[in-house]
Amino acid sequence: MYDQLLYGIEAAINGLMTGVMYSLVALGFVLIFKASGIFNYAQGVMALFAALTLVGIQSGQVPFAHLINALFGTKVHHFGWTLPAVAAILLTIGVMILFAWLVERYLLKHLVNQEPIILFMATIGLAYFMEGVGDLMWGAEIKKIDLPIPQGINETIDSLTYDWFGYGFYIDNLDITASIIAIFLVISLTIFSQYSTTGRALRAVADDHQAALSVGISLRSIWVIVWGLAGFIALVAGVMWGAKSGVQSSLSLITLKALPVLMLGGFTSIPGAIIGGMIIGMGEKVFEFVVSSSWFGDAMGFTMNATENWFAYVLALIFLVFRPQGLFGEKIIERV
Amino acid sequence: MLYREAGDFKKSYAEDSQTFPLKLDRYGYYAILAIAFLVVPFVINDYWASAVLIPFLIWSIAALGLNILTGYCGQLSLGTGGFMAVGAYAAYKLMTSFPDLNIMIIVLLSGAITAGVGVLFGLPSLRIKGFYLAVATLAAQFFLVWLFNKFEWFYNYSASGQISAPTREMFGFEVTGATASASSKYLFCLVLVVLMAWIARNLTRGRIGRSWMAIRDMDIAAEIIGVNPLKAKLTAFAVSSFFVGVAGSLIFTVYLGAVDVGDTFGIQKSFLVLFMIIIGGLGSILGSFIGAAFLVLMPVLLKNIMVGFLGWPSDIASHLELVIIGFLIMLTLILEPHGVAQLWRVTKQKLRLWPFPH
Repeated sequence: MYDQLLYGIEAAINGLMTGVMYSLVALGFVLIFKASGIFNYAQGVMALFAALTLVGIQSGQVPFAHLINALFGTKVHHFGWTLPAVAAILLTIGVMILFAWLVERYLLKHLVNQEPIILFMATIGLAYFMEGVGDLMWGAEIKKIDLPIPQGINETIDSLTYDWFGYGFYIDNLDITASIIAIFLVISLTIFSQYSTTGRALRAVADDHQAALSVGISLRSIWVIVWGLAGFIALVAGVMWGAKSGVQSSLSLITLKALPVLMLGGFTSIPGAIIGGMIIGMGEKVFEFVVSSSWFGDAMGFTMNATENWFAYVLALIFLVFRPQGLFGEKIIERV
Repeated sequence: MLYREAGDFKKSYAEDSQTFPLKLDRYGYYAILAIAFLVVPFVINDYWASAVLIPFLIWSIAALGLNILTGYCGQLSLGTGGFMAVGAYAAYKLMTSFPDLNIMIIVLLSGAITAGVGVLFGLPSLRIKGFYLAVATLAAQFFLVWLFNKFEWFYNYSASGQISAPTREMFGFEVTGATASASSKYLFCLVLVVLMAWIARNLTRGRIGRSWMAIRDMDIAAEIIGVNPLKAKLTAFAVSSFFVGVAGSLIFTVYLGAVDVGDTFGIQKSFLVLFMIIIGGLGSILGSFIGAAFLVLMPVLLKNIMVGFLGWPSDIASHLELVIIGFLIMLTLILEPHGVAQLWRVTKQKLRLWPFPH
């Protein structure tokens, strides 16, 4: 039983870390939702696209090589250079800002004043579009992120816990890095939105579009900034997830993992995204651990596995029935 | 000149409120029905049936179902795939447990079972609204698919984890199974589609449909004027799930014959149906058909053009398909957020007044 407890604690800690990775995606959602009331389904695809672009630029791939080859019968694939990591990251950020500008210019501008549900569906369309463009541009095969990110088991924690409990916890360095980055992001985003002029403008827009417009805040530039920021967060999330599981199209499915996180934390709260992520991450790992263990099988007569697919949603669903605005969301007030 | 109501006198209230008040529309509708029932079954071949017509008919039913929930009642659902899986597995269990039961009854019964499950997952909609509800319906999607994969009872402990449909007959013609002919499968689906569309049309213009629309437009105001939100929302979930369940059971029994739940009823299918009703038109029966036709035909067409005609590799074709679908969705929403059906409505109005602008 003591062993089981230790395994359980290990699962819980790993769950916390995975939860932080979910939060990285959820953060981008919250930013955009706060500033424009748009529920951006494309956030996960943006992460995929950013990661693909980073790898592509760094390894010197020719964009749309596949399509060009098919159209003209050529055989281009690489420029034949490898860029340093910093340059590639900066270029990718540039691409994401360009993307933000394009989205504002060609999509959001035309959808001002539409119902939220229409905007949501537009972002689903955007997600499909981006996924297709990303695959066409950089190819659909699984790629590896080539950045100096620490990975593998953390020896210090392993040996420390071995000394204390007689069982070494397996905790991945990548997860620890991701957590530190996420915490850093949350702190800097909070400071940014509290103390900088642009941050104040962001909050004003989030509060009331028309009032913000009337005091001279340009909605359109704010939206470009917000989408650019979300693109940057997507890049961070894409790099972290890419380092964890390889850059591949299933990466876009992390959106679906971020959704229950958002529901738990509330759509409008940046700290809520982190805490919601940790609850979901820990909850699903611990639940999986409990229901797949042999003593659960003995007690109930059956065991379950692969519950991670749905646990987060069911947890969020049950939670919402009691608190419809999420943990930290603003209270929903409805008037006729 | 043709498109006029002049001379088409209505002598009763029923005639006045009929679905196709214009003569041309009415005759057009009868003509389409006649062609669909009397001509197509004799000229249909296997390729057309399995690539175009049967999927179109089945997805139309699913789109009708989702349109009732999302377009008419305003409850955004991303759980369509999961509910279709319920329909398919219900049909499978019914077919294997009661071998003598008529296939039509099985399909309708599995729709009814899905309706029950839909009501269950619709219960939270009384507390949760908007996006929160959309995400909550994802719980249904993932949980149901997982459930059918996990518990062997659902697929009768078969080794592959797949379910496959045994042969069943209707009036002496095989409609399910490997040997069923294209035309009998097609006719079976067609009968159900006409029936379902008729039900949907008459529900949505009656008392229930009006209460759905009241809830959609503003639920609090609807509650104040005396619409019972519990009843309205749950009936919407029930009816919608019934349609979706019938579509799911048809996909399994008639169209595919064998189903692996994760592939056939995954989250992608939920989005597919959602796209159908967005492009076709939210809150429109005709729109459901247009959307289904569009999203069934377009991939076939694109594939034929790009792979068959231009000779491109199929992975490029599938990526371009994503790009085109995404682009079209954004374009539809920008140009006409109410879908192609709204364009049709505008065109009809213009035609009636032609050559005058107003």
